[in-house]
This record gives sequence, structure tokens and C-alpha cells, in this order.
Amino acid sequence: MKAVGYALALPVILLTTWWVASAESTNVFAPPLRTIAEAFGDVWFSGRFTRDVLPSLGRLAAGFAIALAAGMGVGFVVGRWKLARDLTAPILAFFRVLPAPVLIPVLLVAVGIGDTTKIVVIAAGAVWPILLSTADGVSAVDEVAQETAAAYRLPTRTRYALLLRAATPQISAGARQALGLSIILMVVSEMLMSTDGLGFTVVQFQRSFAIPQMWSGVLLIGIVGFILAKLFELVERRVLRWHRGHTGQGEQSW
Amino acid sequence: MVSDHALLQITGLHKSYRARERSVDVLTAIDLSVRDGEFATVVGTSGCGKTTLLKIVAGLVPATSGEVLFDGSPVTGPPPGLGVVFQEYGRSLFPWKTVRQNVELPLRRNGSSRAQRRGTVDEALDAVGLGKAADAYPWQLSGGMQQRVAIARAVAYRPRLLLMDEPFSAVDAQTRGDLEDLVAGLRRRFRMTVLFVTHDIDEAVYLGDRVIVLGASVSGVQADIPVTLPADRDQITTRSSADFGRLRAEVWAQVRRTPLEKA
Amino acid sequence: MTVPDAPAAPAIRPARGGRRPALGLVGLLIAALGYEVGARLLFTPEQVPPLSAIIPEAGRLSVGAKFWTATGQTLTAVAVGLAIALAAGITAGFALGSVSWVRRATSSTLDFLRPVPSIVLIPVLVLVLDVREITVLLVAVSCFWIVVFQVLYGLRDVDQVAVDTARTFRLGRLARIAHVTWPTVLPYLGTALRLNVSIALALALTGGLVTGSAGLGELIWSSQAGGEFADMYALVLLTGGIGILLDRLARLIERRLLYWHVATRREAAA
Repeated sequence: MKAVGYALALPVILLTTWWVASAESTNVFAPPLRTIAEAFGDVWFSGRFTRDVLPSLGRLAAGFAIALAAGMGVGFVVGRWKLARDLTAPILAFFRVLPAPVLIPVLLVAVGIGDTTKIVVIAAGAVWPILLSTADGVSAVDEVAQETAAAYRLPTRTRYALLLRAATPQISAGARQALGLSIILMVVSEMLMSTDGLGFTVVQFQRSFAIPQMWSGVLLIGIVGFILAKLFELVERRVLRWHRGHTGQGEQSW
Repeated sequence: MVSDHALLQITGLHKSYRARERSVDVLTAIDLSVRDGEFATVVGTSGCGKTTLLKIVAGLVPATSGEVLFDGSPVTGPPPGLGVVFQEYGRSLFPWKTVRQNVELPLRRNGSSRAQRRGTVDEALDAVGLGKAADAYPWQLSGGMQQRVAIARAVAYRPRLLLMDEPFSAVDAQTRGDLEDLVAGLRRRFRMTVLFVTHDIDEAVYLGDRVIVLGASVSGVQADIPVTLPADRDQITTRSSADFGRLRAEVWAQVRRTPLEKA
Repeated sequence: MTVPDAPAAPAIRPARGGRRPALGLVGLLIAALGYEVGARLLFTPEQVPPLSAIIPEAGRLSVGAKFWTATGQTLTAVAVGLAIALAAGITAGFALGSVSWVRRATSSTLDFLRPVPSIVLIPVLVLVLDVREITVLLVAVSCFWIVVFQVLYGLRDVDQVAVDTARTFRLGRLARIAHVTWPTVLPYLGTALRLNVSIALALALTGGLVTGSAGLGELIWSSQAGGEFADMYALVLLTGGIGILLDRLARLIERRLLYWHVATRREAAA
């Protein structure tokens, strides 16, 4: 009960303060929260939901899924075989630090404008954290576990599956980073080259000085980011249940 | 060497913790005094509240009730003139400071000049045999050497009362003997009063002028045994003497008398 | 932007691979060859120019003033944004982490704000600030979170025995912060810096791409818009180089801040 109070108190206070402080606002750039809330309902609970929000989320899901599959696949190969690791080291070092958003103009030129480009942008940016952390995780898997698997003459496929399973803590850390990156790339690519989607709509509102509508879009992107992070946490908690128990880490609460 | 003046006076000390809506007694009705110049050792089974007692004396943890007087004034926070050597030397030494900086840190307060401080630090490090390691970092030294640094730091501080909380329980047996003799020598050289907590009965008898046995679980002072051994002691002859054996048996009996199943 | 949830353990680990650098070179050559063949067979030079066109272009750019001016502008945004993030993040982290009820009361709010991508601020900021300030602010906001959380992790790592030791020497609150708390937090800030440089660079470039504020991002976007595709590819290649240099520098600083940390660190979360 007390914990719930602690969790809710500050958000409630902040929202109330915003509501009250902005109630009489005549500043065009900072409209009353009430107006924003009304705009939120008008804008997003209409056709825009299917026209802009769903396409955005669809591209995000597709891009992230491709990044996950490719990152884990290549990361596994790089992590499992030392030769692959040594061959790719400088290339991976380059892509690890190359800021993902610069891929947008590159892919715009290489692939052209369209849904595919945006999906490729998200996938191409999000793949690196997953790839690198998978490689890290797989190459760090306990030797005893590997030797045990070999000693019991488990089939190669089972052994590889075990390796990937053992690397899930690292993979999920990389995937979480990739998810944040995907959302950013989704919004930026829509701002730069799109005719629909969340990023496009928000910029559109801003250019046409529909300020309350723009604010509502900003809030929506924030909420989407938050919900996706929470969903990811939920999945991660299921996948990593064994890890938590194994390392004796309880819930971290601070 | 030991005067009649009570440097530390503990009366009716009681300590309980609140844990999940119920309170747990750790110490009940401790009465204890340590005279100026005395080396008092405290033994008891694990969980009997030895460390809590020491933390209360050091002013780190408040007592629930009762009184602790250090040199006549009640202890409410860490009092001046008191040094502590913790069991966890690795955590008590600051890893980002060199050995010298670690020893020097507590001296910054008392307004002595740089040169004076340097002299004090060198003297203390020489006294523990670490004069050459002054510029090393603690984590570059072995466990025994790290504890020597902690001891040097306490000695350089020139405390009137030195509290030691199982200081040697994390080092190997050989090092332990060396460190015991080191502390006994330092105590004579710098005329320190020492309250030394340990779970090792041999160590308590070997080092102490007096052995205080705490009862297990909810504990008061179970026994207070004067150590009638000559002041000059050494690891081999003292430990093999008949008196030592008799004292050890006596302390052992007192520790055993406490209900073990509660410990 | 992307904030590690578990305490990012300041750990020094040798870079994976690279133990046989000659093989790395072979790998680079294979990749270059593959790119060259792929570019010539599958794409037109307008879409994907071959390396033989990009590399001379990169050479030409790297001796010209245009590229270095833009790099200077981008790095300035990175540096100013990082400095703001560090100052604000350290202040906020200490304020939140030092008092337990403040920490409890703010944790849900921080939890909500952290995953919100800072670029959502662009449309709002465009209305009130000029584009250079926006870029700096984007960098600062993104990096701020990592600094705050690293400070909080650092404060949680302050050793109670060390604090007790300092208290028995009668060090006051300020002296304890100077001698115990701050040195414990410092390595975590080193890690925050390492995590932040690439994020800062990414955000500075994003600012340039989206708002057109002068710098590498704007340069890349304008060469794309102007149809100078070899130029654009060369710029991307050089940007990666700048990224590598920044990353090296940040790792060097982290290592310096960590010098005592390696041997003493208790095992951190995997």
C-alpha cells in the first residue's frame, strides 16, 4: 500500500501541477494540458490510429524482428568460432560506433523511399547491439557446460541451442538497447522520409502550427516508448527466470 | 601500566533491532568497564552481539537503552580519541588512496603540519614493518599486509582507546600469530587501551589482560576472567604453559555454558 | 536513449577478437571486395558507389576544410551536450540518491521518463530554440539519463564499512563525500562517459539530419539531397572513423578513472 503511494505520488503531483499551471496559458507553444488531452482524443482515437500508429508499429516490429534474427544468427557464428571473430573484429568495431541515424540517408539512396527503407533502417541500426552482445555471450559460455554437453554426446543442434540459451542474459541486454534504438530510428526515419507514421504526423502538426495536436503526438511517442520498454521487461523476466535464481539476484529495488 | 581510572564504562546497555514488526534483542543488560591502559578481549560464539557491542562503543550504532561513557562523557557519535580496526580490512581501507594516504587521512583533522603528519605516518608504517610499501595501493598487498596498514592507520591516530573487531579472522594462521605479536608490542610501545573482539579463545587469552565472555543469543556478560600470565608473552612458550592451558579451559567452559542451540 | 538497466559494471575487458590483427585485415579486405563486387553487380553507381569511388573521395574530403569545419561543429555539440549532461546528471543523481524517501518517491517517474526517446522533443524545441541549441539539448537530454543512473548505481555501491571507518575518524559529511562517496562514484561516471560518447555523437548527427544544424549530419544530408552520393558515402565512412577515435578516447579516460577499481570490485551482475 505504502509502495503504491510512493509510486503514484510524484506523477500525480507533476500532472496536477502541469494541469493547473497551464490551465490559463495563453502561450501558443504551451497550451493548457486540458486542450492537449482533448486533442489527444480527437487525433489518435480516429482514423489516424490505423493510418499512422499501426504502420509505425508494424515497421518497428518488422525491423526489430529482422535485427533480432540476423543479430543472433551472425552473432552466434562470430561468438562460436574464433576465426570468424578475428576476421570480423575491425568491421564490427566500425559498425559498433557508427551512429545508426547516418544509415538513413545512405539507405534512402541505396533502397529508395518506401516502407522497405524504413524497415531496413531500423533493422540495420538495431542489429549491431544484438550481434555484438550475442557474440560476447556465446564466446563467454562456461566451458564446463560445453564440455558436459560434448561428453553426453548431445547432437550438434541441441548443443548450439544450449549455447544460445546460456547466452540469453547478454542477448537480452543487447536486445533492450536495440529496442530503444529502433524506436528512435522509427521516429527519425519518419520525420525525414515518410508520408505517414508517428514521426511524420508530429512534424506535420508542428509545421502547420497545430500545437496541441503536436503535443499530443509527443506524448503518444513517449507512451509508446514506455509501454514497449515495459513489455520487453515482461518478456525478459520470463526468459531470464533461471538466470535470476542462478546468480542469486533478486529484484533490484532502489 | 593499568590505572584504576575507567576509560570506558558501560552500564545497563540494551540493544534491540526492529525486524519486520517485531523487535529482536541482541544485547541485554551489559555492564562492563575497561580501565585506562588495559587490554580487554571479548569472546563469544558467533551471533552473540560482539560486533554490535563494539559498534555501539564506537558511536556508529545507537544503543536502545543504557549508557556508554568514554572518558566520562556519554557516547552519542564517534568520540575523539577512539580508533577502530575492522575485520573487513579490504573494505575499510580506501582502494583509491595509497597506503600513505590511507594512514594520513584521519590525521588531517588535528591541525598538524604536513611535515609532522609525514613523520607520524612514517613512524606508524615502520612500526608495522611496512615502511617500504608507503606508496603502494592497498589492493597490491596481501591480506595480512592490508590489515597491517589498517593497524598503522589506527596507531598513527594515537587513539586513547583502540577497538578491534575480529581483526585477524580473515588471515592465515602464520600471519595471524605475527599480527597478534605486533599488536601486543604496539600496545606496550604506545601505551594504548584496547578492546579486542574475537571468537578465538586462544587469541583472547594470549592477548588479553582480561577475557570477557559474552553469553550466546540474548546476552549479557557471562564471565569476566583475569588473565594471570606474565606481561611478556610469546607464541611458543606462553601457549604451551600450564597456566595458559588452565585459562583456556576456564574460558572454554564459560563459552560452552551458554545454550548452544540458541546460537 | 538507451540506458542499461542493470548497473553497467565498470569492467575492463580486452576487446574481443583482435588477437590476430592480421586476420582482421584479411577480413576487411574480403568485406571490401564483397562490397565492390556487390555494388557493381547489384546497384547503379548512383545508388551504391563502389569503394574505388568512395575512398579517393574520402581522401579528398579529409584534407579539405569543409569536412573538418563540420566535424568541429559536431564535436562541439557533443562536448557541450556531454558537459551539460554530466553537470546536471551528477547534481540530480546525488540529490536523488542521497535521501532514501526522495529516491523512493522519484523512482516510478524516472522509470517512466527513461525510455522516452529524447528526439520526441525535436518538434517542441524547434518552436522555441535555434537549431544549434536543439542539437546540444538533444545530446544533453539523452546523456543525462545515463549519468543519473550511473550515479545512483555508484551511490548504491558505497561500502558501509568504508563509511563507518570514515565516521570513526570523525570526518564530517562533506569530508566523507570527498573521501568516500565521490571516489566510489567516479568509476561509474567513467562508464557513463564511455556509454555516452557514441550516444552523444549519434544525437548530434540526428540533430543535423533532422533540423539541419551545421555539422556532419547536415553535411551528409545535404550531399544526399544534392545528389553527391560518393561524397555522402565517404562522409559516412569518415564519421565512423571519428566515432572510433571518440570511443578510444572515452575508454582511455574510463581506464584512468578505474585504475584502483579492477582489483577491488565485487562481482557485478552478469
